Amino acid sequence: MYKYDEYDQSIVDARVEEFRDQCQRRLSGELSEDQFKPLRLMNGLYLQLHAYMLRVAVPYGTLNARQMRMLAHVARKYDRGYGHFTTRQNIQYNWIKLEDAADILAELATVEMHAIQTSGNCIRNISSDQFAGAAADEVTDPRPFAELLRQWSTFHPEFTYLPRKFKIAVIAAEEDRAAMRLHDIGLQLLERDGVLGVKVFVGGGMGRTPMIAPEIKDFIPADQLMSYLEACLRVYNRYGRRDNIYKARIKILIHELGADKYRAEVEEEFAQVRQLGIDPPAAELARISAMFAAPAFAADDGAVADRSDPDFAVWLDQNVRPHKQPGHAIVTISLKPIGGIPGDASAEQIDVMADLAERYSFDELRVTHAQNIVLPHVRIADLKVVWEALTEAGLADANLDLISDIIACPGLDYCALANARSIPLAQKIGQRFADLDRQRDLGELKLKISGCINACGHHHAGHIGILGVDRKGTENYQLLLGGSGAEDVSLGKITGPGFDEDGVVDAIERVTDTYVRIRETGERFVDTYRRVGMQPFKEAIYG
Amino acid sequence: MVDAFEVPDAFKVDLIDDRAHLRFRDGAAHEEPAVTLDAFLAGQSNATAVRIEPGDDARALIPHLDRLALVEVSFPTFRDGRGYSVARILREAGYAGELRAEGDVLVDQIPLMRRCGFDAFAPHAAVDPVVLKRSLERYDHVYQKAADAAVPVWKLRHG
Amino acid sequence: MRLVTGNDLASGDVVWWTGHGWSRHIADAGDAGERAEAIAREEEAARRVNVPYVIEASETPDGPRPAHIKDRIRALGPTVRPDLTLKPADALAGDWVI
Repeated sequence: MYKYDEYDQSIVDARVEEFRDQCQRRLSGELSEDQFKPLRLMNGLYLQLHAYMLRVAVPYGTLNARQMRMLAHVARKYDRGYGHFTTRQNIQYNWIKLEDAADILAELATVEMHAIQTSGNCIRNISSDQFAGAAADEVTDPRPFAELLRQWSTFHPEFTYLPRKFKIAVIAAEEDRAAMRLHDIGLQLLERDGVLGVKVFVGGGMGRTPMIAPEIKDFIPADQLMSYLEACLRVYNRYGRRDNIYKARIKILIHELGADKYRAEVEEEFAQVRQLGIDPPAAELARISAMFAAPAFAADDGAVADRSDPDFAVWLDQNVRPHKQPGHAIVTISLKPIGGIPGDASAEQIDVMADLAERYSFDELRVTHAQNIVLPHVRIADLKVVWEALTEAGLADANLDLISDIIACPGLDYCALANARSIPLAQKIGQRFADLDRQRDLGELKLKISGCINACGHHHAGHIGILGVDRKGTENYQLLLGGSGAEDVSLGKITGPGFDEDGVVDAIERVTDTYVRIRETGERFVDTYRRVGMQPFKEAIYG
Repeated sequence: MVDAFEVPDAFKVDLIDDRAHLRFRDGAAHEEPAVTLDAFLAGQSNATAVRIEPGDDARALIPHLDRLALVEVSFPTFRDGRGYSVARILREAGYAGELRAEGDVLVDQIPLMRRCGFDAFAPHAAVDPVVLKRSLERYDHVYQKAADAAVPVWKLRHG
Repeated sequence: MRLVTGNDLASGDVVWWTGHGWSRHIADAGDAGERAEAIAREEEAARRVNVPYVIEASETPDGPRPAHIKDRIRALGPTVRPDLTLKPADALAGDWVI
């Protein structure tokens, strides 16, 4: 894992003092709310429905046990004993006081954490593959590049007042576990003729105008990546729309210009920028990569998990994935208990996960964009004891990628922007499909709920998506089918008129019943949908 | 009517028409009124000062940089960050004259603007020099190479 | 009736204008009538409230009830965490929101 040196630490420490100063100027009245808002947002501090909310960055979703314990400590000392893991691999606290914010950041800085650029019209936390460094299918570990990007984007002097927020994801495998092409910039590392480089997709995103990012650059050698991105961002900063907040994302610019014109603009800019010496030398990538070297895995002891406990066997099948190192496995801890709040974990649970990471996963944890936690490097021989500890802590739900593994935004229970509640709906759907055998029979089925059109719950990318809207003051839910955030990326389509809360749960059941009736062998729900189209489902829903 | 006084070390404050101008360069402020980019390019004047609005293409100035003494970049609202790219582009092209940020410029933005190459500021609302000095001196290190002299940490790490 | 609501600047708590100050409890809220916008402006300028706004509410035997669900959730707390609302002991408090 990346370890700060004196430079990183000095920058993060200075940020704490800068923010302390800004908070004090707000509390003293020197700054108006209008002036303070962009400053606090750039440090992840929102004013939500019930209180301030602080979003803490988990850079590319990677953290160690000490950092995880700090997250539990913050939850206990400054919040109400829990945190919410987000679809951008971060964590949010819902009950923060402005007067505490700087103290929280000071505590986080002691474990090399911060809230820098977790909001605002700047380059946000870089997201990545939660299986990085453990997955068998990766070309290289994407995290050293994500760390290079983190440093390049931190307080970037030119790109801190962009037209709108800017999200970058980097992956290094064909299987896309990070919804890469639904980001403002998606980067896929690959090797060509012995040279490591990047395929660059620009202009994806969800929100009210969802778009899949087109490929803008087939291959840029890795040692020119920062210059190339600088050119991508500069074209956006200069020409992105600023007259209408809903048309200010880079996807709209690329849609209006066309990918070819945008590409040409970027190439022209790149021709200038590449001469400026913006890219760090190879030695810097080597320095960072050394910190992400594989842990000292034990030799393969030939251990095979004992499947005699059927509950354990189900969990193995559902939540455990193969590791590139023989004798090891990747464990995903579900934060989606039936009837629970997707992505929430109590301070006690966070501590349990920290302990398990320290003892059984080489001190590493990951946050996934699906709001779960990963122990990336667990010995197969230790799986049983890990599962037992998770069971004890209420963290052993065997539902990864099943219908109850729901992504949901905080919705109207917490969020000032929401139009409808997301969490109660997730709870009702979970309860309707609580039977695990039934869920497993339905197979991989990604259900994603957003409480408003901003799409923090990724509803466009759900095999089944739900969008909460405000219909004359009451909550109403639209149903979408056929989206995907994975390598088979697609955008869901609305089925038709919306429903109330119970109505949408019924409609989902009619959809899954239809799937079970018409599926062919080996087809996931989304495969069947793609084969037969909307019509059979529509008929089942609306009669 | 220029009345200058020194503020601790880094910069000085000139009062021009009762408005505080912050200057990070030697010599007096350029006081010739700036013409619009269109007027400048139309060649009607021998102006040495140009004002760039957010939508203007700063690259159009590049052939004329040697006869410019002042480029004033307008910030109608602090949220509009196009002027940061204007500054970078002009400095990257070798412009060495005064580069002034004018308008809704907030004290917390000035350190970033300095990194983009601005060396003079005419904020609409008064900037507290003490707060400014504090924020200019706050960070000992930067991550990126930009238009200023700051050395990025990767350079410090590897020479 | 017209209520003024916002958040406390330092703590972020949801607060309601009572007629002479701010309360965390909507039951204390008073009708601000035509003065509502002026109250919001003055109180924000004095930093006694942050981002205040005016809402419509109806008078009920249990006190003011905001017209919009969002403000009812603000008044109570998250419906999915009854333990964290202002009425943790009242199992049926969530029904008031819907």
